[in-house]
Amino acid sequence: MSQTIAPPPRFTTICEMHELPIGLGRSFRIGEQSVAVFRTRTGKVFAVANECPHKGGPLADGMLAGEQVVCPLHTFRFDSTSGECDQPGVCAVATFPVEVVDGFVRIGITA
Amino acid sequence: MIRALHPVKPKLVVIGNGMAGARLLEDVLALDSELFDITVFGDEPYGNYNRILLSNVLNGSQDAKEIFLNSLEWYKENDITLHAGQRVTKVDREAKTVHAGELTVPYDYLVFATGSKPFVPPVPGTSLHGVFVFRTLDDCRNIANYAKGCKNAVVIGGGLLGLEAAKGLMTHNVGVTVIEMAPWLMSVQLDEAGGKVLGQTIEKMGITAKTGASTKEFIGHTQVTGVRFADGSEIPADMVVVSAGIRPNTDLAKESGLKCDRALVVDDQLRTNDPAVFGVGECVQHNGMIYGLVAPLWEQTKVLAKVLTGVDTVAAYTGSKIATKLKVMGVELASMGRISDLQSTDEVVQFSEPSRRVYWKAIIRDGKVNAACLLGDLGPADDLMRMFHAGTSAPERRLELFFSANTEKKETSLADLPDSHQICDCNGVCKGTIVKAINAGKCTLPAVGKATRAGTGCGSCKKLIKGLIEAVAGGVKADPSEGWYVPAVPMDKPTLVFEVKARGLKSVSAVLAELGTSEDEKSKAGLASMLKGLWGSEYIDERDARFVNDRVHANIQKDGTFSVVPRAYGGVTTADELIRIGEVAKKYNVPMVKYTGGQRIDLLGIKKEDLPGVWRDLGMPSGYAYTKALRTVKTCVGSEFCRYGTNDSTSLGIALEKRYQGFEFPAKVKLGVSGCPRNCAESTVKDVGVVATEGGEWEVSIGGAAGAHVRKSDVLCRVKTQAEAIKVIGRFLIYYRDNAKWLERTYDFVPRIGLEAIRSIIVEDSLGIGGDLDYEVEKTAAAYVDPWLERDYPVYAGQFDDARRISLPVLT
Ligand SMILES: Cc1cc2nc3c(=O)[nH]c(=O)nc-3n(C[C@H](O)[C@H](O)[C@H](O)COP(=O)(O)OP(=O)(O)OC[C@H]3O[C@@H](n4cnc5c(N)ncnc54)[C@H](O)[C@@H]3O)c2cc1C
Ligand code: HEM
Ligand code: SF4
Ligand code: FES
Repeated sequence: MSQTIAPPPRFTTICEMHELPIGLGRSFRIGEQSVAVFRTRTGKVFAVANECPHKGGPLADGMLAGEQVVCPLHTFRFDSTSGECDQPGVCAVATFPVEVVDGFVRIGITA
Repeated sequence: MIRALHPVKPKLVVIGNGMAGARLLEDVLALDSELFDITVFGDEPYGNYNRILLSNVLNGSQDAKEIFLNSLEWYKENDITLHAGQRVTKVDREAKTVHAGELTVPYDYLVFATGSKPFVPPVPGTSLHGVFVFRTLDDCRNIANYAKGCKNAVVIGGGLLGLEAAKGLMTHNVGVTVIEMAPWLMSVQLDEAGGKVLGQTIEKMGITAKTGASTKEFIGHTQVTGVRFADGSEIPADMVVVSAGIRPNTDLAKESGLKCDRALVVDDQLRTNDPAVFGVGECVQHNGMIYGLVAPLWEQTKVLAKVLTGVDTVAAYTGSKIATKLKVMGVELASMGRISDLQSTDEVVQFSEPSRRVYWKAIIRDGKVNAACLLGDLGPADDLMRMFHAGTSAPERRLELFFSANTEKKETSLADLPDSHQICDCNGVCKGTIVKAINAGKCTLPAVGKATRAGTGCGSCKKLIKGLIEAVAGGVKADPSEGWYVPAVPMDKPTLVFEVKARGLKSVSAVLAELGTSEDEKSKAGLASMLKGLWGSEYIDERDARFVNDRVHANIQKDGTFSVVPRAYGGVTTADELIRIGEVAKKYNVPMVKYTGGQRIDLLGIKKEDLPGVWRDLGMPSGYAYTKALRTVKTCVGSEFCRYGTNDSTSLGIALEKRYQGFEFPAKVKLGVSGCPRNCAESTVKDVGVVATEGGEWEVSIGGAAGAHVRKSDVLCRVKTQAEAIKVIGRFLIYYRDNAKWLERTYDFVPRIGLEAIRSIIVEDSLGIGGDLDYEVEKTAAAYVDPWLERDYPVYAGQFDDARRISLPVLT
């Protein structure tokens, strides 16, 4: 089996840091992709697809439990780094790389 | 001898990761954790869960997460390769390999633990939408989801599982009919008389039972719409759950050339006709018997583990005596042996008490209990089971089978039980194991459950475990975490309040940083509620400690839109208000406008970004329908218009709602006020209810509920005036706010504290805190601000915003 090499993500500026509420998420639509961007109380910024793999809940409206997002619909949890769900049998949510440059938040989307 | 550094371990492969497969692994590891290189295949995409608790998941009393026995981590920790979601499609016994998709895995020992599949009768229509079976977690989820849009559900099969499914469906608000081919329900465990008693009991619960009916067809084009019977009659059905028995999964074993009869045939060592291949669980046939309950599996896995590890190569499984205690639809049932197996020389001892729907029957053969069923009241069940298992002679006076001559003996019998006596049938845990755990300091039910699993199945043995804890440790200690206010801070509420005050912690993040052990959403929300009550205007409100409903002051719906319920004080409105609501509904294309059960109007399906506009146009305050706070005050018309009314219930209701609006509590709070004892506002099933007496006084009662949990409220006191009613209710509400656990409704709080204790504190002011409570009411009422005013001043970035659109740069 040959391995296909994914194109490197392209970073796009989406907002300034202060536009992200502390300890919460905010939703963006980057091209065709719905993304939920979170800023934890410890200052980490991370991004996941804004659609819960379970029943499509808006993850941007969820709460944070440490570095996990808790879906507002049925409280399934997803890890900020791996996207893995705490519920057995539920797929991981897609995660996106984030960088903060000079106070601007940039998200890597593979188009 | 020098041991090789990397010895090649023998390979053990298990097909089937259900209750028997996973239990076998545990038993093997317990005997020798290093011996094998273990691989398991499971068709279901999960770790291992307790299948018998699926009924609880379906009826909502347990969450899917709570029924997992072995998580994916468990397999990792024990170095077991789990292929979850992988079905084994071929076994090559020559090459000693199993195949699943692309995967080929060699084995030295192979175990079939493939369980059973539901039997679906070969009638037309079984593939229509809305026809389900009930076996797996996914079945459970699918049934629950589909039931949402349904009115009439039909369950095919009136056995144990069918009845469990029926009960589960009831909780989803559908009408349920159970179809049974035999002339009575549970024909395996019960005789005709018992089956009739059960039939009456479930009809009482609102389930229709149709016995002696043979299903001929499921009707419908794409979705099922009805069921047709052999006699030509039909009943409507918008969903069907087929529970007509199970069949062992033997296809794979047959294709591999293993000897199968009705199931995979095994000997006393659970070995098949291939010495390297074994079988356990529902897929095997031993000595002509196939078992469909879990208890026999525990005996099988124990024996097989000894054989496989070589601890005892001649360990023998000699068959299981089937005795079970079950709870069918809330009806207690104990069954041992086969009640239908009656010989002419057998003695039958029977007792029935129709008014309580109690039915007991025992069959004595050769002076011993050969079979029995008990329904409705399990008084004599433990003694009978002991006799049944031990094969001891039945009492001379047969009457004493049911009515033991000396009742004192019962008290001591728990201590007298041998250590080998099985207490928890669901998990196969013996008395000795439990006693060991208790002696090791596990003195609570959850602790014993965690250490031994006892009591974590159907739960019918919990009483016995409690008894054991009492006998061994001298008392059941409360589980400490049970008393914690929230999971992330290991303190009960009074200690937590003390610490928070002493350290001056005014925000959720400060509390978690100083006192917390972890961070989770439930704890954050609980702490936010508590701190707000504690610090009032000094509270530092961090919005990330709030659930989305409390951040945007509306109730999130399943599609991510929100519902808006404006306040209608006392359920009274005006023509102008109604017109405004109507105009708002039109302007924002509100998909559903509905009256709630709380006498107000709900606008459902509103987008987050429209919320500020909707609130502005309504010009009414928030009804707090989304949060743990005062919800509604339901009132009847009362003396102003009603012919019977003795008091003015609407004006008291309005006054109460104006006074207590915006008060937040550990759980939601609903009030009701009725103008006379006819109680049209259903006030006696409210957290606080007020009913006018014929004499014109007000009777105040507390702790009522009428949801999934129904409880009639307890009368707290009678007062003469509206002002007195408002005052005493305020005192109770603050007392509840400050002393209840997070999410504890008044219907749990009132019985926990005790009505007498509450009355003495609230009405008689025995603690002398009346003035403080009144002051808290004042303070909290003064702090009320309609949260919908945030429409003009969003508190944080993006509070009411839709997704921000970012266009991607065009790729070159
Ligand atoms: C809703 C419900 C309630 C019940 N209540 C009770 C009760 O109260 N008391 C009681 O004693 N019993 C009860 N039972 C019965 C009990 O659950 C079963 O006896 C027990 O689960 C059987 O265990 P098992 O391991 O043999 O089979 P299962 O638990 O069914 O496990 C078999 C597993 O093997 C997998 N499998 C099958 N073929 C393959 C393959 N080719 N490749 C890979 N994997 C495969 C299946 O997907 C399944 O996960 C209940 C059953 C149900 C469905
Ligand atoms: C997370 C779970 C729940 C949600 C989201 C929810 C939501 C709602 C909403 C939005 C209303 C209309 C609200 C109003 O007019 O104030 C309502 C009403 C009601 N709910 Fe629930 N509810 C939940 C759980 C429960 C439970 C567990 C019970 C029973 C104990 C219950 C019993 C009622 C009753 C009796 C009403 C009618 C009274 C009223 O309209 O306020 N609800 N619920
Ligand atoms: S409770 Fe009494 S006063 Fe109120 S509407 Fe009913 S009959 Fe009339
Ligand atoms: S949709 Fe996210 S948990 Fe159900």
